[in-house]
Amino acid sequence: MISAVISLGGIGLGAAVILGLAAKKFAVEVDPKEEAILEVLPGANCGACGFPGCGGFAKAVVAGEADPSACSPGGSSVTAKIAEIMGVEAASAEPMVAVVNCQGDNQKAQNKYKYLGIQTCASAQMLAGGPKACPGGCLGLGDCMVACPFGAIEITAEGLAVINREKCVGCKKCVSACPRNVITMVPKSATVSVLCNSHDKGPAVKKYCQVGCIGCTLCKKTAEEVYAIDNFLAHVTYDTYDHEKAKAGMEKCPTKCIRDFAEGYPEGSSFQP
Amino acid sequence: MELKTFRGGLHPPDNKKWSDKKAIEVCPLAEGDELVIHLSQHIGAPAEACVKKGDLVKKGQVIGTPKGFVSVPIHASTSGEVIAVEPRIASAGTMLPAVVIKADGEDAWDEGLVGGDPDTMTPDEIKDKIKDAGIVGMGGATFPTHVKLSPPEDKKIEYLILNGVECEPYLTADDRLMLEDPESIVEGILILKKVLGVDKAIIGIEANKPDAIETMTNACAGKGVEVGALKVQYPQGAEKQLIFALTGREVPSGGLPMDCGVVVQNVGTAAAVNDAVRKGIPLIERIATVSGAAIAEPKNLKIKIGQPLSKLVEFCGGIKGDLGKVIQGGPMMGMAAVSLDVPATRGTSGVLLFAEDQVLKEPEGPCVRCGNCVRACPAFIMPTEIATMARNSMFDEAEKLNAMDCIECGCCTYICPARIPLIQSLRQAKGAILAKRRKV
Amino acid sequence: MEKTLYLSSSPHVHEGGTTAQAMRAVIIALLPCVGVWFFSFGLQSIIVMLLCILGCVGSEAVCQKMMGKPITIADGSAAMTGILLAFNIPPNSAWWMALLGGIVAVVLGKQVFGGLGYNSFNPALIGRTVLLISFPVQMTTWVMPRTHEITSATPLSEVKMAVGLHGAIPDELKSQLGSVLMGGFGGQLGVISGFALILGGGYLLYRKIITWHIPASFIGSAFVLGTVLWLVDSSKYPSPVFHLFTGGLLLGAFFMATDWVTTPLTPKGMLIFGTGCGVLTILIRIFGGYPEGVAFSILLMNAATPIIDRFTVPKKFGLVPEKG
Repeated sequence: MISAVISLGGIGLGAAVILGLAAKKFAVEVDPKEEAILEVLPGANCGACGFPGCGGFAKAVVAGEADPSACSPGGSSVTAKIAEIMGVEAASAEPMVAVVNCQGDNQKAQNKYKYLGIQTCASAQMLAGGPKACPGGCLGLGDCMVACPFGAIEITAEGLAVINREKCVGCKKCVSACPRNVITMVPKSATVSVLCNSHDKGPAVKKYCQVGCIGCTLCKKTAEEVYAIDNFLAHVTYDTYDHEKAKAGMEKCPTKCIRDFAEGYPEGSSFQP
Repeated sequence: MELKTFRGGLHPPDNKKWSDKKAIEVCPLAEGDELVIHLSQHIGAPAEACVKKGDLVKKGQVIGTPKGFVSVPIHASTSGEVIAVEPRIASAGTMLPAVVIKADGEDAWDEGLVGGDPDTMTPDEIKDKIKDAGIVGMGGATFPTHVKLSPPEDKKIEYLILNGVECEPYLTADDRLMLEDPESIVEGILILKKVLGVDKAIIGIEANKPDAIETMTNACAGKGVEVGALKVQYPQGAEKQLIFALTGREVPSGGLPMDCGVVVQNVGTAAAVNDAVRKGIPLIERIATVSGAAIAEPKNLKIKIGQPLSKLVEFCGGIKGDLGKVIQGGPMMGMAAVSLDVPATRGTSGVLLFAEDQVLKEPEGPCVRCGNCVRACPAFIMPTEIATMARNSMFDEAEKLNAMDCIECGCCTYICPARIPLIQSLRQAKGAILAKRRKV
Repeated sequence: MEKTLYLSSSPHVHEGGTTAQAMRAVIIALLPCVGVWFFSFGLQSIIVMLLCILGCVGSEAVCQKMMGKPITIADGSAAMTGILLAFNIPPNSAWWMALLGGIVAVVLGKQVFGGLGYNSFNPALIGRTVLLISFPVQMTTWVMPRTHEITSATPLSEVKMAVGLHGAIPDELKSQLGSVLMGGFGGQLGVISGFALILGGGYLLYRKIITWHIPASFIGSAFVLGTVLWLVDSSKYPSPVFHLFTGGLLLGAFFMATDWVTTPLTPKGMLIFGTGCGVLTILIRIFGGYPEGVAFSILLMNAATPIIDRFTVPKKFGLVPEKG
């Protein structure tokens, strides 16, 4: 009994000494600033900053290789904290959110065929360019939802991806996951967007979608500063965004493809503004 | 005698009885019918349109000129007026450049088309004739024939193999051609033999076509062409598997049949070569099987390139019951079409109309590692492992597992109890690997 | 408006089989054994079996519900695990043991890995092994067939004990070993159940649910190694026929070692797997601490499956050896 206690205790003691020595000998010098920054970062390791995880970003900031405001998930509060640690003036960047430029769910938009196979947008897109008749519309199989590290994307019952503007941190993972490039980044404060991604002419769009942009230019005629038409598709010019004017243009849209997210999310979404 | 075959593969119900006793009928073309002739109906560079809207063309006239060596000219399938040169929907669901001809109903031949006597022509002259006629592999792969007939100097070709296997279920077009026009095939084979300078020619035919075996054996008697009867097994019509079955040779991985001294041509190609060389007739028609549970009367048709599938269906009595899926080619490797409005191409070996209840709708389940796909694979790769890699975008690992050796025969997916669309993943892996190789 | 067509990647036809069908076929193949079980051990054994199934199916449903996955108990895989587990525990087990075994089998053996297709060990054997280690007394208390007398002796344990005590199989035990085959021993059904198992295995082979590779190499290697040892010293080592018809060897060879998920993919890999199982079984029975080694040998080979798969990647078609 005694011998067992002694031998086990001895082994434990020996191991502890070796571990302690090793920790001293092989200790890696870490800049305390780096640790402090890592402390304030969200820790999602999303990669939105372009560095390998939060650790990589912290290191880059200390080395002066990264802009303290590059952490989009953290937003301005994290930027301010990093700036404080680094002792620099915080440059405030407008927070961006991702938006799905489509409202054509399975009720509102036609499919040219019924897809059977691997249930991902990327796979469906490779089969005759995707089942949606619209060449730009959301396929609704959720590649963006899977890619989102923050659980900010839902797929409605009728197969439309919707991004929650509160949960979205602007990491752009969904933008690169979408095979149809339906998702774009917009300033969070600019809540009005043209939710259509089809450059087809009006009659063609009308054939396959009830809520598509037909390029009628009414929005632009109403608020020239806020809207532009590019190849039969309207979009909001965010550089010159003015909420009231954007709303005025929105009212005029005959197909209701312009939406103010402050008023509500697309039909079928569970998100509340 | 034990019949030859290859290793791996499987034996799906062949469903050929619907159409194998039906003689080939000509699918009619009326005045005013529109033919949509795509400029890319072959593997290789698309042809370039050499006619414009408003031009009057004759049957057999060149309307698209080839660009590059691996390319072929495109011809008008009938006489009439060019009413458009614009992108039109192709079977893959995408818009591709096409020449649209409105038939004048006369079907008048271009008088400039002349044949020749293959006995007095040199191999190069024959090859030019074949290229000018736009002949491509008629089995469905549509690889330009003149390219296959031009092996590099250092490759010694010993065998010419004729593919009369038609291992795809439902399809009976080659079977009917062998029964109805064996002379053209044999004459075509003799021309191909001359071009390649080979002594040995074997026609591979599966044992489920006894009539074709008999007819071809009689037609080949004394001509120096053998008929090799084969055990029924899918995918015997795949080049590499057919070569192994008939000669016991393995085409090296990543290589071509010519790397083991073999050239393979479809029997339909041989007949087309005969027409092209002797009569100067370009490839503007082909034989296609129209079958499936949703067609009123399955038939074997001689169709004009560019006829919409709906015309073929109409001639076969129209749609019967609830149409679910339209397949161009066979059910194992054919491509599903988005609608019946797409035109027939040089690769349309069949049009299958599947009823709603024939469409496979079982959702996929998790892989249970039963190994069926591994045992069925005629390329001896592990489809389920590669598919798992592909789904996780691990394409380098997929390449290491020999993804590029997949011949997309579909055996793995056919046999998978979990209903996993393995082939779809394998295609994606192959696409991604090829894209990466091009980039490097 | 024209009807919208279906589109999918080829092939557009299927052989027709489903995973659920295969699972049902295995359950059908087990029915003769269930009959023998009932005939030998009475109603109690069937209640134990039902409790095992309940444990498996119930916990599968609960797990899937908790993880927000679709509930797939209708595919029969959990029920199959339950039946197999029942054959691996004494037919007179307490109700809570049967239930616990079922829960452990499905939760620890299968669902924690992600459910069907992702587990690396045979779930039923996980259940059995956990029970065996946790409740060794109960797990080795078997009843005599038909008479239902309680006994702790199975032929394998008798032999093990005798060899351990006396260094040889005593003559009186040897003379009894013949009756082992007729099922005259505790927990042992002998040839009758062997026949039922071979019948079930034959059905699975006929339905092409399993291939011959694993059963043949398993039984073959066990027989060969058993014969060799028996020839070396028949006073210490029982005959190969004794090995085949005692314990769970046939059950293991036909139903447990042929489990799709946990065994190699290629025929070559299957042969290695089966041979490993057979050899390990005999080694454990004769030289190991436990009288029975089928479950352990299959679990050990399950662990080796990924490495077997890695080293038995088939040689691709047209692989030309590099020259020079």
